[in-house]
Amino acid sequence: MESLLDKIAHCVEEGKINRSSPYPPEMKDQDGADELTQWAVKQGISPDDILQNGFIRAMDKVGKKFSEHKIFVPQMLMSAKAMSVAMEHLKPFFQSGETKRRGVFIIGTVTGDLHEIGKNLAAMMIEGSGWEVINLGKDVRKEKFVQAVHKHPDCVVGLSALLTTTMIHMADTIRALKEEFPQLRIIIGGAPVNQEFCDNAGADFYAADPQAAVVYLKQLS
Amino acid sequence: MIKITDRIKSGEILVSDGAWGTQLQSKGLKTGECPELWNITHGKEIYEIAESYINAGSDMIETNSFGGNRFRLAEYGLERRLSELNKKAAQLSRKAAGNNHYVLGSIGPSGKFIMMDEVSPAELTETFSEQAIALKEGGADAIIIETMTDLNEACIAVRAVRESTDCEIICTMTFDKSAKNAFHTMMGVSPEDMVRELVSSGADIIGVNCGRGIADMPDLVKEIRKYDGNIPLMIQPNAGIPIFRKENPDESSGKDPEQGKIIYTESPEYMAEISISVINAGANIIGGCCGTTPEHIRQIAAIVKNRRHGIK
Repeated sequence: MESLLDKIAHCVEEGKINRSSPYPPEMKDQDGADELTQWAVKQGISPDDILQNGFIRAMDKVGKKFSEHKIFVPQMLMSAKAMSVAMEHLKPFFQSGETKRRGVFIIGTVTGDLHEIGKNLAAMMIEGSGWEVINLGKDVRKEKFVQAVHKHPDCVVGLSALLTTTMIHMADTIRALKEEFPQLRIIIGGAPVNQEFCDNAGADFYAADPQAAVVYLKQLS
Repeated sequence: MIKITDRIKSGEILVSDGAWGTQLQSKGLKTGECPELWNITHGKEIYEIAESYINAGSDMIETNSFGGNRFRLAEYGLERRLSELNKKAAQLSRKAAGNNHYVLGSIGPSGKFIMMDEVSPAELTETFSEQAIALKEGGADAIIIETMTDLNEACIAVRAVRESTDCEIICTMTFDKSAKNAFHTMMGVSPEDMVRELVSSGADIIGVNCGRGIADMPDLVKEIRKYDGNIPLMIQPNAGIPIFRKENPDESSGKDPEQGKIIYTESPEYMAEISISVINAGANIIGGCCGTTPEHIRQIAAIVKNRRHGIK
Protein backbone atom coordinates (compact mmCIF):
# COMPACT_ATOMS: atom_id res chain seq x y z
CA MET A 1 0.00 0.00 0.00
CA GLU A 2 1.09 3.54 -0.69
CA SER A 3 2.42 5.10 2.50
CA LEU A 4 1.32 8.50 3.74
CA LEU A 5 4.68 9.96 2.74
CA ASP A 6 4.31 8.51 -0.76
CA LYS A 7 0.94 10.20 -0.98
CA ILE A 8 2.39 13.54 0.12
CA ALA A 9 5.19 13.21 -2.40
CA HIS A 10 2.66 12.39 -5.10
CA CYS A 11 0.54 15.48 -4.27
CA VAL A 12 3.59 17.73 -4.35
CA GLU A 13 4.82 16.21 -7.60
CA GLU A 14 1.41 16.65 -9.25
CA GLY A 15 0.76 20.08 -7.72
CA LYS A 16 -2.27 19.05 -5.67
CA ILE A 17 -2.42 21.78 -3.02
CA ASN A 18 -5.45 20.88 -0.93
CA ARG A 19 -8.83 19.20 -1.15
CA SER A 20 -10.60 22.22 -2.63
CA SER A 21 -7.93 22.86 -5.27
CA PRO A 22 -9.23 22.07 -8.77
CA TYR A 23 -5.79 21.23 -10.11
CA PRO A 24 -4.93 18.64 -11.35
CA PRO A 25 -8.43 17.70 -12.54
CA GLU A 26 -7.84 13.95 -12.12
CA MET A 27 -7.24 14.42 -8.37
CA LYS A 28 -10.44 16.37 -7.80
CA ASP A 29 -12.04 15.95 -4.34
CA GLN A 30 -8.99 14.14 -2.97
CA ASP A 31 -6.91 15.34 -0.03
CA GLY A 32 -3.92 17.45 -1.07
CA ALA A 33 -0.42 18.04 0.26
CA ASP A 34 -1.87 20.40 2.87
CA GLU A 35 -4.27 17.95 4.57
CA LEU A 36 -1.96 14.94 4.22
CA THR A 37 1.00 16.76 5.77
CA GLN A 38 -1.13 17.98 8.66
CA TRP A 39 -2.26 14.39 9.20
CA ALA A 40 1.30 13.08 9.01
CA VAL A 41 2.41 15.54 11.72
CA LYS A 42 -0.53 14.45 13.91
CA GLN A 43 0.39 10.80 13.37
CA GLY A 44 3.79 11.56 14.83
CA ILE A 45 5.81 11.05 11.66
CA SER A 46 9.02 12.98 12.17
CA PRO A 47 9.25 16.34 10.39
CA ASP A 48 12.65 15.29 9.03
CA ASP A 49 11.04 12.28 7.45
CA ILE A 50 8.23 14.39 5.94
CA LEU A 51 10.73 16.91 4.60
CA GLN A 52 13.07 14.28 3.19
CA ASN A 53 10.70 11.60 1.93
CA GLY A 54 7.73 13.81 1.17
CA PHE A 55 8.87 17.18 -0.11
CA ILE A 56 12.51 16.84 -1.11
CA ARG A 57 11.93 13.57 -2.96
CA ALA A 58 9.01 15.07 -4.90
CA MET A 59 10.66 18.39 -5.69
CA ASP A 60 13.75 16.56 -6.89
CA LYS A 61 11.59 14.76 -9.45
CA VAL A 62 9.84 18.01 -10.40
CA GLY A 63 13.18 19.76 -10.90
CA LYS A 64 14.46 16.96 -13.11
CA LYS A 65 11.31 16.88 -15.22
CA PHE A 66 11.58 20.66 -15.67
CA SER A 67 15.23 20.40 -16.74
CA GLU A 68 14.25 17.78 -19.30
CA HIS A 69 11.42 20.00 -20.61
CA LYS A 70 8.84 17.37 -19.65
CA ILE A 71 6.99 19.96 -17.60
CA PHE A 72 6.99 23.76 -17.81
CA VAL A 73 6.61 26.76 -15.52
CA PRO A 74 2.87 26.28 -14.77
CA GLN A 75 3.26 22.71 -13.51
CA MET A 76 6.35 23.61 -11.54
CA LEU A 77 4.58 26.56 -9.94
CA MET A 78 1.72 24.36 -8.82
CA SER A 79 4.13 21.82 -7.29
CA ALA A 80 6.04 24.56 -5.55
CA LYS A 81 2.82 26.05 -4.22
CA ALA A 82 1.62 22.66 -2.94
CA MET A 83 4.91 22.20 -1.16
CA SER A 84 5.04 25.66 0.37
CA VAL A 85 1.49 25.34 1.70
CA ALA A 86 2.33 21.94 3.20
CA MET A 87 5.63 23.25 4.55
CA GLU A 88 3.69 25.58 6.88
CA HIS A 89 2.90 22.53 9.05
CA LEU A 90 6.62 21.95 9.58
CA LYS A 91 7.51 25.58 10.39
CA PRO A 92 7.08 25.16 14.19
CA PHE A 93 9.69 22.38 14.15
CA PHE A 94 12.14 24.53 12.22
CA GLN A 95 11.59 27.42 14.63
CA SER A 96 12.10 25.25 17.71
CA GLY A 97 15.31 23.87 16.19
CA GLU A 98 14.01 20.31 16.32
CA THR A 99 14.42 20.02 12.58
CA LYS A 100 17.59 21.37 11.05
CA ARG A 101 17.88 22.64 7.53
CA ARG A 102 20.89 22.50 5.26
CA GLY A 103 21.70 26.16 5.53
CA VAL A 104 20.45 29.63 4.73
CA PHE A 105 19.94 30.71 1.14
CA ILE A 106 19.32 34.39 0.43
CA ILE A 107 17.75 35.21 -2.92
CA GLY A 108 16.51 38.29 -4.75
CA THR A 109 16.06 39.91 -8.16
CA VAL A 110 18.67 42.63 -8.62
CA THR A 111 17.98 46.33 -8.57
CA GLY A 112 15.87 47.77 -11.38
CA ASP A 113 14.33 44.44 -12.29
CA LEU A 114 10.71 43.87 -11.33
CA HIS A 115 10.53 40.27 -12.51
CA GLU A 116 10.35 37.49 -10.01
CA ILE A 117 8.76 34.42 -11.53
CA GLY A 118 12.05 32.64 -12.10
CA LYS A 119 13.49 33.85 -8.82
CA ASN A 120 10.44 32.62 -6.89
CA LEU A 121 10.57 29.26 -8.64
CA ALA A 122 14.23 28.88 -7.72
CA ALA A 123 13.44 29.95 -4.13
CA MET A 124 10.69 27.36 -3.79
CA MET A 125 12.75 24.58 -5.36
CA ILE A 126 15.67 25.35 -3.05
CA GLU A 127 13.37 25.47 -0.03
CA GLY A 128 12.03 22.13 -1.22
CA SER A 129 15.55 20.72 -1.16
CA GLY A 130 15.88 21.47 2.53
CA TRP A 131 17.31 24.99 2.75
CA GLU A 132 15.95 27.88 4.76
CA VAL A 133 15.22 30.48 2.11
CA ILE A 134 15.17 34.22 2.76
CA ASN A 135 13.48 35.82 -0.22
CA LEU A 136 14.36 39.52 -0.47
CA GLY A 137 11.93 40.07 -3.33
CA LYS A 138 12.46 42.02 -6.53
CA ASP A 139 14.31 45.26 -7.32
CA VAL A 140 16.74 44.57 -4.45
CA ARG A 141 19.57 47.06 -4.02
CA LYS A 142 23.07 45.71 -3.46
CA GLU A 143 23.20 47.31 -0.01
CA LYS A 144 20.22 45.22 1.00
CA PHE A 145 21.97 42.01 -0.06
CA VAL A 146 25.06 43.04 1.91
CA GLN A 147 22.93 43.79 4.96
CA ALA A 148 21.21 40.40 4.75
CA VAL A 149 24.51 38.54 4.46
CA HIS A 150 25.75 40.37 7.57
CA LYS A 151 22.92 38.70 9.49
CA HIS A 152 23.67 35.26 7.99
CA PRO A 153 27.40 35.15 7.27
CA ASP A 154 27.35 31.43 6.40
CA CYS A 155 24.63 31.76 3.81
CA VAL A 156 24.73 31.23 0.07
CA VAL A 157 23.34 34.01 -2.13
CA GLY A 158 21.29 33.71 -5.30
CA LEU A 159 20.89 36.62 -7.74
CA SER A 160 18.30 36.74 -10.49
CA ALA A 161 17.67 39.04 -13.48
CA LEU A 162 15.33 38.80 -16.43
CA LEU A 163 16.29 41.90 -18.32
CA THR A 164 19.45 42.34 -20.29
CA THR A 165 19.31 45.91 -19.06
CA THR A 166 19.55 44.88 -15.40
CA MET A 167 22.15 42.14 -15.78
CA ILE A 168 24.78 44.79 -15.34
CA HIS A 169 23.52 45.37 -11.79
CA MET A 170 24.15 41.73 -11.09
CA ALA A 171 27.82 42.33 -11.70
CA ASP A 172 27.75 45.37 -9.38
CA THR A 173 26.00 43.39 -6.66
CA ILE A 174 28.49 40.53 -6.93
CA ARG A 175 31.35 43.00 -6.63
CA ALA A 176 29.86 44.65 -3.54
CA LEU A 177 29.20 41.29 -1.87
CA LYS A 178 32.60 39.78 -2.65
CA GLU A 179 34.33 42.91 -1.41
CA GLU A 180 32.87 42.43 2.06
CA PHE A 181 32.58 38.65 2.06
CA PRO A 182 35.33 37.13 -0.11
CA GLN A 183 34.33 33.58 0.89
CA LEU A 184 30.66 34.00 0.05
CA ARG A 185 29.24 31.68 -2.62
CA ILE A 186 27.04 33.40 -5.18
CA ILE A 187 24.75 31.62 -7.64
CA ILE A 188 23.26 33.53 -10.56
CA GLY A 189 20.40 32.71 -12.89
CA GLY A 190 17.84 34.24 -15.24
CA ALA A 191 17.00 34.31 -18.92
CA PRO A 192 19.82 36.57 -20.18
CA VAL A 193 22.52 35.05 -17.98
CA ASN A 194 24.97 32.38 -19.11
CA GLN A 195 28.28 30.78 -18.12
CA GLU A 196 30.36 33.43 -19.84
CA PHE A 197 28.53 36.18 -17.96
CA CYS A 198 29.01 34.24 -14.73
CA ASP A 199 32.76 33.98 -15.30
CA ASN A 200 33.13 37.63 -16.23
CA ALA A 201 30.97 38.92 -13.41
CA GLY A 202 32.76 36.82 -10.78
CA ALA A 203 29.89 34.64 -9.59
CA ASP A 204 30.60 31.13 -8.32
CA PHE A 205 27.94 29.24 -10.20
CA TYR A 206 25.60 29.74 -13.12
CA ALA A 207 22.33 27.83 -12.66
CA ALA A 208 20.68 27.23 -16.02
CA ASP A 209 17.52 26.18 -14.19
CA PRO A 210 16.40 25.77 -10.54
CA GLN A 211 17.45 22.12 -10.46
CA ALA A 212 21.03 23.06 -11.33
CA ALA A 213 21.07 25.35 -8.28
CA VAL A 214 19.68 22.55 -6.10
CA VAL A 215 22.40 20.14 -7.27
CA TYR A 216 25.13 22.73 -6.70
CA LEU A 217 23.85 23.51 -3.21
CA LYS A 218 23.67 19.81 -2.34
CA GLN A 219 27.42 19.44 -2.80
CA LEU A 220 28.07 22.47 -0.58
CA SER A 221 26.10 21.32 2.44
CA MET B 1 -3.81 53.88 -45.42
CA ILE B 2 -4.04 50.42 -46.97
CA LYS B 3 -4.18 47.67 -44.36
CA ILE B 4 -0.95 45.91 -43.40
CA THR B 5 -2.51 42.53 -44.13
CA ASP B 6 -3.55 43.65 -47.62
CA ARG B 7 0.01 44.60 -48.46
CA ILE B 8 1.18 41.21 -47.19
CA LYS B 9 -1.44 39.47 -49.32
CA SER B 10 -0.08 41.24 -52.36
CA GLY B 11 3.29 39.61 -51.70
CA GLU B 12 5.15 42.49 -50.07
CA ILE B 13 7.81 41.91 -47.43
CA LEU B 14 7.61 44.60 -44.76
CA VAL B 15 10.18 45.77 -42.25
CA SER B 16 9.30 46.72 -38.68
CA ASP B 17 11.48 48.50 -36.14
CA GLY B 18 14.16 47.38 -33.68
CA ALA B 19 14.61 47.62 -29.93
CA TRP B 20 13.13 50.37 -27.79
CA GLY B 21 14.27 49.35 -24.30
CA THR B 22 17.97 49.20 -25.09
CA GLN B 23 17.67 52.43 -27.11
CA LEU B 24 15.98 54.16 -24.18
CA GLN B 25 18.85 53.09 -21.98
CA SER B 26 21.42 54.49 -24.35
CA LYS B 27 19.52 57.78 -24.14
CA GLY B 28 19.83 57.76 -20.36
CA LEU B 29 16.82 55.86 -18.98
CA LYS B 30 17.94 54.85 -15.50
CA THR B 31 17.32 51.69 -13.56
CA GLY B 32 14.10 52.00 -11.62
CA GLU B 33 12.60 54.65 -13.90
CA CYS B 34 9.29 53.92 -15.58
CA PRO B 35 9.97 53.81 -19.36
CA GLU B 36 6.40 54.92 -20.20
CA LEU B 37 6.74 58.05 -18.07
CA TRP B 38 9.40 59.17 -20.55
CA ASN B 39 6.58 59.78 -23.05
CA ILE B 40 5.78 62.82 -20.89
CA THR B 41 9.16 63.77 -19.43
CA HIS B 42 11.43 62.96 -22.41
CA GLY B 43 9.16 63.30 -25.43
CA LYS B 44 12.03 64.48 -27.58
CA GLU B 45 14.09 61.35 -26.93
CA ILE B 46 11.12 59.06 -27.60
CA TYR B 47 10.43 60.88 -30.85
CA GLU B 48 14.09 60.52 -31.84
CA ILE B 49 13.99 56.74 -31.36
CA ALA B 50 10.83 56.49 -33.45
CA GLU B 51 12.32 58.73 -36.12
CA SER B 52 15.60 56.80 -36.20
CA TYR B 53 13.73 53.65 -37.22
CA ILE B 54 11.70 55.45 -39.87
CA ASN B 55 14.96 56.83 -41.29
CA ALA B 56 16.48 53.34 -41.20
CA GLY B 57 13.74 51.98 -43.46
CA SER B 58 11.03 50.64 -41.13
CA ASP B 59 7.58 50.42 -42.71
CA MET B 60 6.09 50.39 -39.25
CA ILE B 61 7.19 51.49 -35.79
CA GLU B 62 6.02 50.59 -32.33
CA THR B 63 5.15 52.82 -29.40
CA ASN B 64 6.87 53.25 -26.05
CA SER B 65 4.06 51.52 -24.16
CA PHE B 66 5.20 47.92 -23.65
CA GLY B 67 4.68 48.11 -19.87
CA GLY B 68 1.65 50.40 -20.11
CA ASN B 69 -0.87 48.07 -18.48
CA ARG B 70 -2.27 48.89 -15.05
CA PHE B 71 -0.31 46.17 -13.24
CA ARG B 72 3.08 47.19 -14.55
CA LEU B 73 2.35 50.91 -14.13
CA ALA B 74 1.25 50.23 -10.54
CA GLU B 75 4.85 49.21 -9.76
CA TYR B 76 5.65 52.91 -10.19
CA GLY B 77 2.40 54.22 -8.73
CA LEU B 78 1.35 55.42 -12.20
CA GLU B 79 -1.68 53.21 -12.89
CA ARG B 80 -4.03 56.20 -12.83
CA ARG B 81 -2.12 57.74 -15.74
CA LEU B 82 -2.56 54.71 -18.00
CA SER B 83 -4.61 56.47 -20.67
CA GLU B 84 -2.43 59.56 -20.75
CA LEU B 85 0.85 57.61 -21.01
CA ASN B 86 -0.38 55.27 -23.74
CA LYS B 87 -2.02 58.01 -25.76
CA LYS B 88 1.14 60.11 -25.64
CA ALA B 89 3.21 57.07 -26.69
CA ALA B 90 1.09 56.66 -29.82
CA GLN B 91 1.13 60.40 -30.59
CA LEU B 92 4.94 60.50 -30.51
CA SER B 93 5.30 57.53 -32.85
CA ARG B 94 2.54 58.91 -35.08
CA LYS B 95 4.41 62.18 -35.43
CA ALA B 96 7.55 60.33 -36.54
CA ALA B 97 5.65 57.91 -38.81
CA GLY B 98 3.68 60.49 -40.72
CA ASN B 99 1.01 59.16 -43.02
CA ASN B 100 3.08 56.67 -44.97
CA HIS B 101 4.23 54.43 -42.16
CA TYR B 102 2.25 52.37 -39.67
CA VAL B 103 2.16 52.88 -35.92
CA LEU B 104 1.85 49.67 -33.91
CA GLY B 105 0.63 50.28 -30.36
CA SER B 106 2.72 48.02 -28.12
CA ILE B 107 1.07 45.93 -25.40
CA GLY B 108 3.30 43.66 -23.27
CA PRO B 109 2.40 41.00 -20.71
CA SER B 110 0.68 41.92 -17.45
CA GLY B 111 3.39 40.24 -15.41
CA LYS B 112 0.70 38.35 -13.46
CA PHE B 113 -0.24 34.67 -13.56
CA ILE B 114 -3.82 33.68 -14.21
CA MET B 115 -3.25 30.13 -12.97
CA MET B 116 -1.81 31.32 -9.66
CA ASP B 117 -4.91 33.51 -9.11
CA GLU B 118 -2.77 36.66 -9.25
CA VAL B 119 -5.14 38.14 -11.80
CA SER B 120 -8.54 37.22 -13.23
CA PRO B 121 -9.34 36.98 -16.95
CA ALA B 122 -11.85 39.82 -16.46
CA GLU B 123 -9.18 42.13 -15.00
CA LEU B 124 -6.84 41.33 -17.88
CA THR B 125 -9.56 42.04 -20.44
CA GLU B 126 -10.20 45.37 -18.77
CA THR B 127 -6.60 46.56 -18.66
CA PHE B 128 -5.75 45.43 -22.20
CA SER B 129 -8.90 47.19 -23.47
CA GLU B 130 -8.00 50.42 -21.65
CA GLN B 131 -4.54 50.32 -23.13
CA ALA B 132 -5.69 49.57 -26.69
CA ILE B 133 -8.30 52.34 -26.62
CA ALA B 134 -5.72 54.91 -25.47
CA LEU B 135 -3.20 53.78 -28.10
CA LYS B 136 -5.83 54.00 -30.81
CA GLU B 137 -6.81 57.49 -29.62
CA GLY B 138 -3.18 58.55 -29.87
CA GLY B 139 -3.08 57.42 -33.49
CA ALA B 140 -2.07 53.73 -33.58
CA ASP B 141 -3.02 51.91 -36.81
CA ALA B 142 -2.56 48.45 -35.34
CA ILE B 143 -2.02 46.94 -31.91
CA ILE B 144 0.90 44.58 -31.28
CA ILE B 145 0.53 42.25 -28.30
CA GLU B 146 4.07 41.00 -27.79
CA THR B 147 6.55 38.94 -25.78
CA MET B 148 3.72 36.72 -24.60
CA THR B 149 4.51 33.34 -23.03
CA ASP B 150 1.10 32.37 -21.66
CA LEU B 151 -1.34 31.44 -24.41
CA ASN B 152 -4.37 32.11 -22.25
CA GLU B 153 -3.25 35.67 -21.51
CA ALA B 154 -2.33 36.24 -25.18
CA CYS B 155 -5.79 35.12 -26.35
CA ILE B 156 -7.52 37.27 -23.73
CA ALA B 157 -5.51 40.26 -24.97
CA VAL B 158 -6.36 39.58 -28.64
CA ARG B 159 -10.08 39.33 -27.88
CA ALA B 160 -9.98 42.42 -25.64
CA VAL B 161 -8.37 44.51 -28.39
CA ARG B 162 -10.78 43.12 -30.99
CA GLU B 163 -13.78 44.13 -28.89
CA SER B 164 -12.54 47.60 -27.98
CA THR B 165 -10.97 48.86 -31.26
CA ASP B 166 -11.09 48.31 -35.02
CA CYS B 167 -7.27 48.13 -35.26
CA GLU B 168 -5.48 45.29 -37.00
CA ILE B 169 -4.10 42.94 -34.34
CA ILE B 170 -0.63 41.44 -34.24
CA CYS B 171 0.30 38.95 -31.52
CA THR B 172 3.83 37.62 -31.06
CA MET B 173 5.14 35.14 -28.51
CA THR B 174 8.61 34.39 -27.18
CA PHE B 175 10.12 30.93 -27.60
CA ASP B 176 13.00 29.03 -26.05
CA LYS B 177 14.67 26.05 -27.63
CA SER B 178 15.29 22.85 -25.67
CA ALA B 179 18.33 20.62 -25.93
CA LYS B 180 16.29 18.43 -28.23
CA ASN B 181 15.69 21.37 -30.57
CA ALA B 182 12.03 21.66 -29.67
CA PHE B 183 10.53 25.15 -29.39
CA HIS B 184 8.22 26.16 -26.56
CA THR B 185 7.49 29.28 -24.55
CA MET B 186 8.41 29.55 -20.86
CA MET B 187 4.87 28.43 -20.09
CA GLY B 188 5.18 25.36 -22.31
CA VAL B 189 3.28 26.61 -25.37
CA SER B 190 4.34 24.92 -28.61
CA PRO B 191 4.33 26.68 -32.00
CA GLU B 192 1.40 24.46 -32.99
CA ASP B 193 -0.67 25.54 -29.95
CA MET B 194 0.18 29.16 -30.62
CA VAL B 195 -0.90 29.09 -34.25
CA ARG B 196 -4.18 27.31 -33.52
CA GLU B 197 -5.26 29.44 -30.58
CA LEU B 198 -4.13 32.88 -31.77
CA VAL B 199 -5.70 32.44 -35.19
CA SER B 200 -8.97 31.25 -33.70
CA SER B 201 -8.95 34.17 -31.21
CA GLY B 202 -8.92 36.55 -34.15
CA ALA B 203 -5.32 37.77 -34.49
CA ASP B 204 -4.67 39.19 -37.99
CA ILE B 205 -0.93 38.68 -37.84
CA ILE B 206 0.94 36.29 -35.55
CA GLY B 207 4.60 35.79 -34.89
CA VAL B 208 7.64 35.55 -32.71
CA ASN B 209 9.71 38.17 -30.89
CA CYS B 210 12.57 38.45 -28.40
CA GLY B 211 14.20 35.08 -27.65
CA ARG B 212 17.68 33.86 -28.38
CA GLY B 213 18.42 35.63 -31.63
CA ILE B 214 17.80 35.37 -35.34
CA ALA B 215 19.75 32.12 -35.69
CA ASP B 216 16.74 30.15 -34.33
CA MET B 217 14.21 31.86 -36.55
CA PRO B 218 14.40 30.05 -39.91
CA ASP B 219 13.59 26.72 -38.20
CA LEU B 220 10.87 28.26 -36.05
CA VAL B 221 9.23 29.94 -39.06
CA LYS B 222 9.31 26.66 -40.99
CA GLU B 223 7.60 24.94 -38.08
CA ILE B 224 4.89 27.62 -37.80
CA ARG B 225 4.32 27.42 -41.55
CA LYS B 226 3.63 23.66 -41.23
CA TYR B 227 0.52 24.49 -39.21
CA ASP B 228 -0.67 27.53 -41.18
CA GLY B 229 0.54 28.47 -44.62
CA ASN B 230 -1.40 31.71 -44.92
CA ILE B 231 -1.56 33.66 -41.67
CA PRO B 232 0.64 36.76 -41.96
CA LEU B 233 3.78 36.17 -39.94
CA MET B 234 5.97 38.72 -38.15
CA ILE B 235 9.44 37.97 -36.76
CA GLN B 236 11.29 40.32 -34.37
CA PRO B 237 14.26 38.53 -32.82
CA ASN B 238 16.80 39.80 -30.30
CA ALA B 239 20.29 40.54 -31.56
CA GLY B 240 21.46 37.22 -30.10
CA ILE B 241 22.11 36.30 -26.50
CA PRO B 242 23.74 39.17 -24.62
CA ILE B 243 27.12 38.73 -23.01
CA PHE B 244 28.90 40.74 -20.37
CA ARG B 245 32.34 42.11 -21.12
CA LYS B 246 34.66 43.84 -18.79
CA GLU B 247 35.87 47.03 -20.37
CA ASN B 248 39.54 47.30 -21.14
CA PRO B 249 41.32 48.98 -18.28
CA ASP B 250 42.19 52.43 -19.42
CA GLU B 251 44.50 54.02 -16.91
CA SER B 252 44.68 57.36 -18.63
CA SER B 253 40.92 57.89 -18.42
CA GLY B 254 40.87 56.96 -14.76
CA LYS B 255 37.84 54.78 -15.39
CA ASP B 256 37.15 51.89 -13.08
CA PRO B 257 38.56 48.89 -14.94
CA GLU B 258 36.13 46.53 -13.21
CA GLN B 259 33.12 48.15 -14.86
CA GLY B 260 31.65 46.16 -17.65
CA LYS B 261 29.02 46.40 -20.30
CA ILE B 262 26.44 44.24 -22.01
CA ILE B 263 27.10 43.35 -25.61
CA TYR B 264 24.66 41.78 -28.06
CA THR B 265 26.42 39.25 -30.23
CA GLU B 266 24.49 39.38 -33.51
CA SER B 267 25.81 42.16 -35.76
CA PRO B 268 23.67 44.07 -38.27
CA GLU B 269 25.48 42.21 -41.10
CA TYR B 270 24.74 38.82 -39.55
CA MET B 271 21.09 39.55 -38.86
CA ALA B 272 20.62 40.91 -42.37
CA GLU B 273 22.18 37.79 -43.86
CA ILE B 274 19.97 35.40 -41.86
CA SER B 275 16.87 37.51 -42.49
CA ILE B 276 16.88 36.19 -46.07
CA SER B 277 16.42 32.64 -44.74
CA VAL B 278 13.68 33.90 -42.39
CA ILE B 279 11.81 35.43 -45.33
CA ASN B 280 12.38 32.36 -47.49
CA ALA B 281 10.97 30.20 -44.70
CA GLY B 282 7.74 32.19 -44.94
CA ALA B 283 7.91 35.33 -42.78
CA ASN B 284 6.14 38.46 -44.06
CA ILE B 285 7.35 41.15 -41.66
CA ILE B 286 10.82 41.26 -40.15
CA GLY B 287 12.36 43.55 -37.54
CA GLY B 288 14.22 43.25 -34.26
CA CYS B 289 13.83 43.13 -30.50
CA CYS B 290 16.30 43.65 -27.61
CA GLY B 291 19.77 44.74 -28.69
CA THR B 292 18.86 45.64 -32.27
CA THR B 293 19.55 49.19 -33.45
CA PRO B 294 18.58 51.41 -36.38
CA GLU B 295 21.70 50.07 -38.11
CA HIS B 296 20.39 46.50 -37.80
CA ILE B 297 17.12 47.62 -39.34
CA ARG B 298 18.85 49.60 -42.09
CA GLN B 299 20.84 46.54 -43.18
CA ILE B 300 17.86 44.19 -42.93
CA ALA B 301 15.71 46.60 -44.94
CA ALA B 302 18.39 46.97 -47.60
CA ILE B 303 18.37 43.20 -48.12
CA VAL B 304 14.69 42.26 -47.88
CA LYS B 305 12.96 45.32 -49.32
CA ASN B 306 13.21 44.24 -52.95
CA ARG B 307 11.96 40.74 -52.23
CA ARG B 308 8.40 39.57 -52.60
CA HIS B 309 6.53 36.43 -51.73
CA GLY B 310 4.62 34.55 -54.38
CA ILE B 311 6.68 35.92 -57.27
CA LYS B 312 9.26 33.41 -58.28
